[in-house]
Amino acid sequence: MTTVTRPPEQLDTPLHVGGRTLQSRLIVGTGKYADYETMRRALDACGAEVITVAVRRERLVDEEGRSLLDFIDMDRYTILPNTAGCFNADDAVRVARLGRELLDQLDNPGKDWVKLEVLADKKTLLPDPQGTLEATRELVADGFKVLCYTSDDPIMAVKIKEAGAAAVMPAGSPIGSGQGVLNPNSIAIILEMLKDNDANYPVIVDAGVGTASDVVIAMELGADGVLLNTGIAHAREPVHMAHAMHHAINAGRLAYLAGRIDKKRYATASSPWTGVISYIPGE
Amino acid sequence: MKLTVNGNHRESPADQTVASLLGEMGMDGRPVAVEVNAQLVPKRQHENVTLRDGDVIELVTLVGGG
Repeated sequence: MTTVTRPPEQLDTPLHVGGRTLQSRLIVGTGKYADYETMRRALDACGAEVITVAVRRERLVDEEGRSLLDFIDMDRYTILPNTAGCFNADDAVRVARLGRELLDQLDNPGKDWVKLEVLADKKTLLPDPQGTLEATRELVADGFKVLCYTSDDPIMAVKIKEAGAAAVMPAGSPIGSGQGVLNPNSIAIILEMLKDNDANYPVIVDAGVGTASDVVIAMELGADGVLLNTGIAHAREPVHMAHAMHHAINAGRLAYLAGRIDKKRYATASSPWTGVISYIPGE
Repeated sequence: MKLTVNGNHRESPADQTVASLLGEMGMDGRPVAVEVNAQLVPKRQHENVTLRDGDVIELVTLVGGG
């Protein structure tokens, strides 16, 4: 007799965020790649459906003829424009609207989405809490689905959700630092508070991922997804790391759904004591 | 008239529209979002918006980012 095991992916339900349904819980950035072709292959390998981009001035000189958009399949990816580099709410709102205009021209489903970042400081890249809340409210009122970068402060996370964000995205550790999830307790508190009577509210760990195990840890805590960029783009072999991240997001999610065992101080034997023929110390 | 385009000064003929500026700069037909004096000008208005002396224009596109 054979027992049919359900494929692991059928244990899970898709992620709903910002009015869209995503099969992959991994969101990746398009920055910092050595070249566009490596980026294209890494995006393919990691399985992400949503990719982030930045809004920047057109280069008036030094045109090489090829741009990011030549390497992105618009039918495959939802483009999530960010407001990286903005240090106040007004600039973030301006950049979000410019991003929407660009995605409208491209007719991409991400056109009403924004990855909101209102930064306080170039060295830490930590968010400015007041500016983040102001911009969230203004963009929500303007019809945006706001996926909001924030620190791992649970109180701030609650306020961002209350301001109408479509998803709250706490940093595991400083952007680009590769330190992983430095305060799993805070992430766990955020998950508990934001999902209280609202289990499907999306919380996506954004920033700080250095390697695959960091993604697994975030997902095992119960995060709905992970957003990362540098961890792939600056790996020695970005395409290999992209594959690793694909496995990590699924491994972490399945481990969360499966439910880990409790931690205990002492050992528990996996083989039975009954029928042991040997001398047992202390017995 | 004098414009500031992406931080650079530029001499432009009077009655220049956003669309004609993009054309002169070889940016027509590509995704580009336009701000004039910090106000977004949607693509459907590019033909209709006439620039004025001293206008500050930002022309932006999508680049790699996280």
